[in-house]
Order: sequence, then structure tokens, then C-alpha cells
Amino acid sequence: MSAVRADYIRPLDIKHGRVDLSHGSGGRAMAQLVEQLFAAAFDNPWLAQRNDQALLPQPEGRIVIATDSHVVSPLFFPGGDIGCLSVHGTVNDVAMSGARPLWLAAAFILEEGFPLADLKRIVDSMAAAAREAGVPIVTGDTKVVEAGKGDGVFITTTGVGVVPPGIEISGDRARPGDSIIVSGTVGDHGMAVMSQRESLAFGTDLRSDTAALHGLVAAMIDAVPEVRALRDPTRGGLATTLNEIAAQSGVGMLIEEDAVPVQRQVAAACEFLGLDPLYVANEGKLVAIVPPEWAERLLQAMHAHPLGHQAARIGVVTADRHHFVQMHTRFGGKRIVDWLAGDQLPRIC
Amino acid sequence: MKYIDEFRDGALARKLAAAIVAEAEPGRRYHLMEFCGGHTHAISRYGITDLLPPSVRMIHGPGCPVCVLPIGRVDLAIGLALQQRVILATYGDCLRVPASNGLSLLKAKARGGDVRMVYSPADALTLAQAHPEREVVFFAIGFETTTPPTALVIKQAARLGLANFSVVCNHVLTPAAITNILESPEVRQLGTLALDGFIGPAHVSTIIGSQPYEFFAEEYHKPVVIAGFEPLDVMQAILMLVRQINQGRAEVENEFTRAVSREGNVKAQALVSEVFELRRTFEWRGLGQVPYSALRIRDAFATFDAERRFSLETRSVADNKACECGAILRGVKQPRDCKAFGTLCTPENPIGSCMVSSEGACAAYYSYGRFRETPGVAAPI
Repeated sequence: MSAVRADYIRPLDIKHGRVDLSHGSGGRAMAQLVEQLFAAAFDNPWLAQRNDQALLPQPEGRIVIATDSHVVSPLFFPGGDIGCLSVHGTVNDVAMSGARPLWLAAAFILEEGFPLADLKRIVDSMAAAAREAGVPIVTGDTKVVEAGKGDGVFITTTGVGVVPPGIEISGDRARPGDSIIVSGTVGDHGMAVMSQRESLAFGTDLRSDTAALHGLVAAMIDAVPEVRALRDPTRGGLATTLNEIAAQSGVGMLIEEDAVPVQRQVAAACEFLGLDPLYVANEGKLVAIVPPEWAERLLQAMHAHPLGHQAARIGVVTADRHHFVQMHTRFGGKRIVDWLAGDQLPRIC
Repeated sequence: MKYIDEFRDGALARKLAAAIVAEAEPGRRYHLMEFCGGHTHAISRYGITDLLPPSVRMIHGPGCPVCVLPIGRVDLAIGLALQQRVILATYGDCLRVPASNGLSLLKAKARGGDVRMVYSPADALTLAQAHPEREVVFFAIGFETTTPPTALVIKQAARLGLANFSVVCNHVLTPAAITNILESPEVRQLGTLALDGFIGPAHVSTIIGSQPYEFFAEEYHKPVVIAGFEPLDVMQAILMLVRQINQGRAEVENEFTRAVSREGNVKAQALVSEVFELRRTFEWRGLGQVPYSALRIRDAFATFDAERRFSLETRSVADNKACECGAILRGVKQPRDCKAFGTLCTPENPIGSCMVSSEGACAAYYSYGRFRETPGVAAPI
């Protein structure tokens, strides 16, 4: 019986190698990439089945599923990278239903020529984030596109979780009078990423807030199961999330500019770029809508958690048939905090 | 933020508001035009109108570079991207300006045009250096504030001997536009547009200084107060205008002394006049042809003038019939007077240019103040 010695195949040259089209062709090169990079990093019993799917035990309770694609430029930024971001983003989408996230699936689109060393950095970062969150990546897929047809790496992750009994959290449950709470400073992720953009680079020690929030959510619903709505204000920032919930619930909102926590550096960077921190992305923050009588208790629970220690009550849900989100400005006036039209752009005047 | 929070102090704002209320004379109306989009934006963003008595009315002027850009000029840029296949670089605000045939630069990009958003003209120059095999055209817009950087890159391109870089110059001049408004029939003969004073531009004035406004104060007897873009600057300027009007004075006063001198930035002015010269006339959206109101590239730098390099001709294209941008830019109408406002024309789907830029009157109204136009909004609980 002729057996190929395990070390007969030259191992991946992770230090100097690059992704080429054979890594997506389904042949030996792809098997090798999957084994030596992905499976080695994500290692868990479901992945070890080596099937095209993961066979999982039936969870108890209502199942939630969420999916999220990640395209970020640059791929590495202060405080994180596309790898950990792709874990946190989907874990958070699952957790915003009050669910405990159980498993993740990950799909990679790699661009021909992408350095394997960078890919390894990203995959290791994903693995570390998944381990820290306690949510294993149980199945996945890899495709390679020709040079120029991708942007290095795109990652899509899908997460599955279960909602504990008695928890009813949904964006359509906000009622007039409810309190609006945000878990910490807004705009950190977006400004950290922007500070690294080639054409815009500015010096700062700002870091992305990317983090998995399911621990915070568990602590919150443990203390106050009456939480009505949760959402993580990612793209479009706090303003967009509030508008989404207002439209979904058929209510208005009134927030206080003074109460919204913003880091001084973020405020300063936004100021000189002509941006509004309310519209800048976050990756480790959440907005909670809660009946007013429970707001104080919820804040206490959040303050006791490392990811919620700067949580603040920023406003109230109002009755408003136009579903406007409005803000009392620090200056003493009142204005609408509208949906974003297109991208936020620096001022030119 | 140091040096910023001081200019957004709510308590100070209330004091200023009280002073304006106290000093505004009963029975007198104060029609004040803020020329500049930066002021329009600040007024809306900080809710300044809430702090003013009803007798003080703010009229939004045409000082929004994107808003006054006529359709024909945007068509020019789209043609360069789609037909000449150049790399067309411009500021992000320009991308969504509606042009002919339902196009905009953003839509031209989706149709395969190589349109790049840049943050400064220097980025466009870098693009040209990085792509020596391609023609790179910078579509330059803006008032006096953005003109010196454009002049600078043209000089740099000349020094570097770049053969693939050129500029479509749409730079326009503030004083010419103010004169145009003051000479308009609505102000002079019909009297339908009452104008009692101007808030003068902030950033523009850092370049041109306060001197160019002296003519308006003397010739037209209109007070001008140059103000910064911070909300307290605007409030202070309004108070200063109310005082001038009460006392029958028409002078140029400078609230923005921390940045504006009488002479302005002489070095920047010299740079601009080295590279640019006056156009005999230029079309403005809303104002039509305005004599000596814009700049063109001098003969010495002709090779960097995209209009000459590509033999471009600007066609004049009429605005959408439903669009009142013209009247709004002249201060004759308010955004809510336009039938298309908030219905046909929204920031997501702009018909007129005033709905595009955050400095445009319609976009500012829509984004920050539309609850005022909507009766029946319940008070917060």
C-alpha cells in the first residue's frame, strides 16, 4: 500500500506566500489552506467532522439567526481588524434579540495575490474573538476571485442563538414614555478607521470599540427582563438606529445632546472633518429601550459590566405620528436627527 | 474640546438671545441674509431660529458652492468621465448633484465612469502621479476658500511637468453674487425681497478680508457683520446687525476678528491671481449669468485647463420646472414655498441642488428643521 507521507506535501509558506487561484479551485491547494490555516485556528469538534456542514445538537428555546458581511478598508485598524469585527458583528446581531449566541458560520472571499501572512493574522484574530466570546465557528467556505475583483478579503458570518424564555425584545416594542439608553461613547469605531484611511490619515490614539456584547446583554436582561428593544448602532451610527426603532415602533424620540457620551478625541476629529458623531459607526455599543420605571436598575446593571460602564440615559420615546427623532441641542434649540442621505461628507465651505 | 465648546455655550446663547429680544424694536422687522451655507448649516444644526424673536427673519443666501453649480457644468464633468474616459476627481458633495438625463456623477460612476471622491485637490494631483497613463481631471468648485488650494496644485503640476493633469475651474466669487442679489429686481424695484443686513462669510473672509464688503455698506447702505461659523458667532452677529439697524448705521463690522483681518490673506490672494483671471461672465444656478463672478485659468497655465485641453463647451440647461432652487438661492422664497420640497425632492432623491449639500437651504431645512413645517407634532411626554 502506497501511502503519501504527511510531510511529503510542502507546508503553506505563510510568511511569504500569497493567495492564488488554486486556493479556491477545490483541489489539494485549497484543502491545504483550509487545514493549515482555517481548521487549525478555529479548531472545534464540529469543524473536526470535516463535512460541508456542521451537525449540531438541537438547542432548547426559540432560535435566532443573523448574517452579516464585512467589507472594511483598511483591513487592520487600531483596536481590531476585519477578523474580530466579523465575529463581533454577527454575535451582536444575534445578541440584540436577547439571545445567547451558540455557533457561527464563516464564508471568505479572498482576492488573488493577498498575502497569506495577512490572512493568517485575520484568521487568528477571528479565532481569538470566537474563543473569547465562547461562540465556535463550526462551518465555513472559501472562494478566490481574480486580482482586482475583490478588496483583499471579504468575510460573511452567520450566527445562531437561542432566546431565553420570557424575553421579548424587538425594535417594534418602543412605547411613548420609554427611556433611551446607550451603553457608552459613540463614534469610536468609525473615527478609528477613518484615521487610518490613506487620503485622510490623521494622528490619534483612538481605538475601535469592536467587542462582543452578548455578555452585557445577558447581564442586562438578567437584571431587567422588561427591556423592550436592543440594537447595536453600527453603520449610520446612533442617529440611524434611533430612526430605525422609531419607524418600526411608530413612535418619535427626543434626545438630549448633552447626555450623549462622546469621547473628546472623537468630537475633535469629527469637528475638523465636518462630521457628526451621531452618524459615525460603532462596533461595541448598544441602544436599549426600556420602560422608565426600569431605567435606573438597567443602568446600574450596565455600569457594573466593563462594556457598559459609561452607559447613559440619553432621552425619551415620544408619541409622534411622523416618527421624528429630535434633539435638544446643547445650544438651547431643537432639531431633527434625520436619516442619513448618502455618506457623511466633510464640509467644503 | 477646547476652543470649540466656548463657542457653543448654551447659557451664553440664552444671554445673547435675551439681548436680541430686548433690543429688537417693537414694530420693526429685521430681514437678515446669511450669505454663506456654513451659516445656514449652523443655524439649522443648533436650532438658532428657536432662540430668535419672530421679528428677526433669517434669509438663506446663495453661498453654497454645490447649490450654485449649474447643470451644464455638471454635464461637462459627466461627459469627461463617460465619453473621454478620464479619471474625474472631485469633492464628495459634487457627486450627487442632479444633472441632465437623470444623471449625476454618482450615477455616471455606476455606469462605468471613473469618478473618484477626493478630500483635497492635492489628492487629485497624487492620482495623476500614480496613473501616468490616464488623464486625471480635477473638477474644482467653491468660493474663495477653496480657490487657493486649486491654484497651488496647478502650480505644482506645472513644476512637476505633469502631462496628464488638468482642472475644470468652477471657482466663483462672493462679492459678485452679493451685488447680483442687491441689484436684483426683487430688491430694487419690486421690493418683494426685504433685506436689512448681511451676515458676511466666515472662511471666505479669512481669504478676501473684510474690505470687499465696504462697498455694500456704502453703496447700498446695508450693514454687514462678518461672523464665524460657530453658533455663538451667528448669535452675536445677529445682535450686532440689530443694533446697526436700530441706530441707522450701515457699516462693515467684524465679529470674526480671531481669523479675519481687513486685508485678508495676502499671500493666498497673490497665489490666486497668479493662476486665475476673471471670467467675463459665468452662469450660477438661481442667479443666471452673473458678470465677472467666476475665475478661469490664465493662459500661462493653459495646458492644465481641462476646458481648453478637451475643447469643452458649457451648455446652459434649464432647471426642473417644479424646482424653486433659483428663487430660494436669491432669498425670494423659502424651502417650504417649493411644491417639490419634501415630496418629489428629498436628500435621497434630490431634484434641485439646494437639497444636495448639507449647506444647501433645502437640505438643512429638511434634515434639521422639518418638524417646524409639520403641524400636529405632539409634544414630548
